[in-house]
Amino acid sequence: MSEMWTAKLRKKWQKNLPIEKLLPDDQPAYVASWIYVFGVLTLSALAMIIFSGIILAFEGPAWYHTSDAGKFVNSLHFWSVQLFFVFMVIHLWGKFWMAAWRGNRFATWATGAVAFIASIATAFTGYLVQTNFDSQWISFEAKDGFNSVGVGAWFTVTNLGQMLLLHVAFLPLILGAITVVHVLMVRKRGVVPPIDAEPSSVSEGGR
Amino acid sequence: MTGWIADFMNHPATYLKSGWFQISVTNLVVILLMLAIFALAVLIPFPKDKDGHHK
Repeated sequence: MSEMWTAKLRKKWQKNLPIEKLLPDDQPAYVASWIYVFGVLTLSALAMIIFSGIILAFEGPAWYHTSDAGKFVNSLHFWSVQLFFVFMVIHLWGKFWMAAWRGNRFATWATGAVAFIASIATAFTGYLVQTNFDSQWISFEAKDGFNSVGVGAWFTVTNLGQMLLLHVAFLPLILGAITVVHVLMVRKRGVVPPIDAEPSSVSEGGR
Repeated sequence: MTGWIADFMNHPATYLKSGWFQISVTNLVVILLMLAIFALAVLIPFPKDKDGHHK
């Protein structure tokens, strides 16, 4: 009798990503550098974005435009996004200059790049659903750009319903899924060593 | 919005322009701050505990 797909998947997972790799309590010495902190700072900002975004979704614009608490959570959501991008871009610079795709880590690098693009799309739709003059200005400027490349009828930036659903449902799911895969790949292959790291101090890249 | 924040924010951005290149002072400041943070993150040593181990 052939092996069930669940058993195959379990064995593959255990081989590639055992629990010791998934939740390590030790890291190589070279990780003790501030430049290695920006990945987890990006994740922390993303957690704050999701947390504040859920509150905004439950309470709605009538609350977050008028009440003091609503304005605070709205601002928390906005400024978390600003920090998210600052941390993510510094993380990107750090990984680019240490050529983080080395050691069989191309997929880790590529999922990070795709997460960056998905973040831009999510943030852009966020700016469009602020329901204020700022979002009105941005959408009317952007519609000309999208129309000029022929996608305006399909991706309609002045359609608040479409932008809102993309921002609160579709794009967060995509970004969340890519982020999970990215982090699992970092855990599977280990944190990339500096280019001049001693070979004895480098953790295994793995496949 | 009232007070100094309104005085600071409620006017059009100042732009720097050189030929085809144009950037707002605000965006330039943010980019320079990010470059400064990047440089500091590379240069500043990570803290160690009294036994010499990294925290």
